[in-house]
Amino acid sequence: MTDFLSVFSYSFMQRALLVGMLVAPCAALLGVSLVLRRYAMIGDGLSHVGFGALSLALALGAAPLTVSLPIVILAAFLLLRLSENSKLCGDSAIALVSASAIAIGVVITSLSKGMSTDINDLMFGSILAMTESDVTLSVFLSAAVLLVFILFYRKIFSITFDESFARTEGVHVKTYTMLLALLTAVTIVLGMRIMGSMLISSLIIFPALTAMRIFRSFRGVTLFAALISLISFLVGLFLSFEFSLPTGATIVLVNLAFFLLCSIIGHKR
Amino acid sequence: MLLSCNNLTVSYDTVAIQDITFTAEKGDFICIVGENGSGKTTLIKALLGLLPAKNGTVTVKDGTKIGYVPQKLSVSHDFPASAEEIVRSGIITKRPFLSKAEKEKARHIMTLLEIDSIRRKSFSALSGGQAQRVLLARALCASEEFLVLDEPVTGLDPKATRDLYALLKKINKEKGTTVLMVSHDIRTSMHLATKILHIDKSVQFFGEPEHYICSECGQRFMGGAKHD
Repeated sequence: MTDFLSVFSYSFMQRALLVGMLVAPCAALLGVSLVLRRYAMIGDGLSHVGFGALSLALALGAAPLTVSLPIVILAAFLLLRLSENSKLCGDSAIALVSASAIAIGVVITSLSKGMSTDINDLMFGSILAMTESDVTLSVFLSAAVLLVFILFYRKIFSITFDESFARTEGVHVKTYTMLLALLTAVTIVLGMRIMGSMLISSLIIFPALTAMRIFRSFRGVTLFAALISLISFLVGLFLSFEFSLPTGATIVLVNLAFFLLCSIIGHKR
Repeated sequence: MLLSCNNLTVSYDTVAIQDITFTAEKGDFICIVGENGSGKTTLIKALLGLLPAKNGTVTVKDGTKIGYVPQKLSVSHDFPASAEEIVRSGIITKRPFLSKAEKEKARHIMTLLEIDSIRRKSFSALSGGQAQRVLLARALCASEEFLVLDEPVTGLDPKATRDLYALLKKINKEKGTTVLMVSHDIRTSMHLATKILHIDKSVQFFGEPEHYICSECGQRFMGGAKHD
């Protein structure tokens, strides 16, 4: 146990721990609604756009969050439009945007510095990536996500379960959907630094699916998804430090382990 | 007058409904009948504001809320939602949390519809009849004044169908709830309704069932229904 605590005497670990503990539950909360409304692909698309945006920031020598936040937020609205428009084959359109964003990112990086460890960090995350200002921003933005989720919980349930009914009762479905997309964009940008752009979407999708294996009520799934996401992050972070494994990937594998475990428990019931 | 629909026209690529005019008074039980593809569901959706009107107006009396019961809801089999969560989602309030009184109201409505015992069950695990009662309870939470239903018995077995219709009639009589319902079942409609609205893109008949029987349009439609 002393070993476990001594890990956190490093300031970069403290920053990663704080940001992760805030971002992991936020990602899980947003994930419940995204997964149930079949918008999970948007999370995936956004993380790839985030990769492109971070590459750009790196090449320009600009602060990563200042460049990537607006770009990813814009992309969130674009992807939402694409996936609502069934005539355009939403899924295919998102795949195109994803691939293009990655291609742009790779080309920008190779033009500026050549492929380096930086691009590896962008793709698969780095525990060292968080700066002091990232932490401050993360705290505020995570607080915003949590607050929105608590304040609008009932409306989020209503539009997730039955959009038509919500509309007839005067709920502004479009506004709330855009709000969710906005928060998802923010969460992805924040989480991407630790998890990497290839792996961050799992933080959104895994907890919701895991919780759905054993819980049958929306509240149960929401609370358990947030909890299991937090636990997966903590366990993953500790294991990655202890055994010198890549942090993002380790966290994803812990999520996978919980998913399999809950699938078995759910199946036996 | 609770609802007034004036010269309502809705079109997709072609005209779906045209020039529909009728009114609903407090306590009415109006059944909307007509052939498949005659625009019944379109009319309901336009009345609720789910579809834009090309022409005409829909006016609802000030402060009147509408409780909407959709046709059989297609929800994926693993959607996590308990019956009680769904019923409570009908209560529309600006505050983020429900008051104790609001929770009790939802519970009371569930008792009335005899679904109190299944309130912790997952929606996807309910029988067709139970699921429709849950959606009806949700609509009643939204409004006890005015219910709009789009063929609520689709896919139900005969007993569940009879029970649901009887329940609607009871709510209509005892609470004075105005009901506007799309129905494929003309015989039941004649029995339940205080007014029949027969449409085929435009209004063919609007009035009391007794007059509908005698009308040419009623004769033709009910004669045809016998061969179903």
